[in-house]
Amino acid sequence: MKKECIDCGGELNIPDDAVVGEIVSCPDCGGDFEISSTSNGTTDLKRAESVGEDWGE
Amino acid sequence: MELSILYDKLRFEEKTLYDNAIKKGINTRLVDAKTISISTDINGNDFLGDIFLQRCLSHFRGLYLTSCLEFLGYPVTNTFQVTEICGNKLRTSLILAKSKIASPKTYFSFNSESFKSLIDKIGFPFVIKPLVGSWGRGVFPVNDGEVANMIVENREENDTPFSRIYYVQEMIDRPPRDIRCIVAGEQIITAVYRYSANNEWRTNVSRGGHTALAPITKELEDIVLHASKAVGGGILGVDVMEDKNRGFVVHEINSNVEFRGASQVAQINIASAMIDYVLESLKK
Repeated sequence: MKKECIDCGGELNIPDDAVVGEIVSCPDCGGDFEISSTSNGTTDLKRAESVGEDWGE
Repeated sequence: MELSILYDKLRFEEKTLYDNAIKKGINTRLVDAKTISISTDINGNDFLGDIFLQRCLSHFRGLYLTSCLEFLGYPVTNTFQVTEICGNKLRTSLILAKSKIASPKTYFSFNSESFKSLIDKIGFPFVIKPLVGSWGRGVFPVNDGEVANMIVENREENDTPFSRIYYVQEMIDRPPRDIRCIVAGEQIITAVYRYSANNEWRTNVSRGGHTALAPITKELEDIVLHASKAVGGGILGVDVMEDKNRGFVVHEINSNVEFRGASQVAQINIASAMIDYVLESLKK
């Protein structure tokens, strides 16, 4: 599935098996977006959280 | 019985764990921790699952969600206590030292002035690490006073509660690699060497390091399982260095272990072994 980047208008490739929480990156601007919902073949995106101080293993 | 894999950012690891649980015929779901609210009214919560595998990328989000789930009576891997210890390098170092597990000599200072006084006593080089954090972020070798002063200045300008506490560790004379041991309970699932990338001192795979299979010797198994038990056990990534003088030393234990790099060389299905451990631990 293709979707327009909400920052730069570039073309985002959303995998068919994408699930909520998955991150997709824009090949044009490098922005990261999190899939916030999927239903009936449509996908909503929101800006992904930036790396937090407590992120990791 | 329903297994819930808790996450806040879906990585290779969570997808692989989910796929393996499904292949085993376990009723499993991925639950985005960011969508959950929990009440102290035990009967006032939505059903989230029967058993939980905590895989949140954010340490504190995962830690306190685990605390809530344990309050509600659910089994969570790893437990709050284990996650709290492993998520804080100071707490881990204290537990390792108390349990007499070989680990780098470590010092703690509680403001910039006492940190400078400590340097006067121990000299250079040493390693400085943040108390909380991962992927080698903020882990620096400090070879002279100029770098030490830069770190102090940076911490004073970016003041956070944790940045006021200095975690200082002796520099270990080691080959350009460490050993990541992935443990489930009383078994090392696999062990891999992690080699530093070019122009990089840290061995983290997230810093471009690469992996190769490491032999699980009796000596390695002894120290790793001892360390794992000391922090409370569970599914852990125990990181070991090969000190040229002392042999193996444990320098870090991860309670939310990543295994993408290890999976590329491991001869065992790591995610499958982790799921087996979660189910087995229910029987105990």
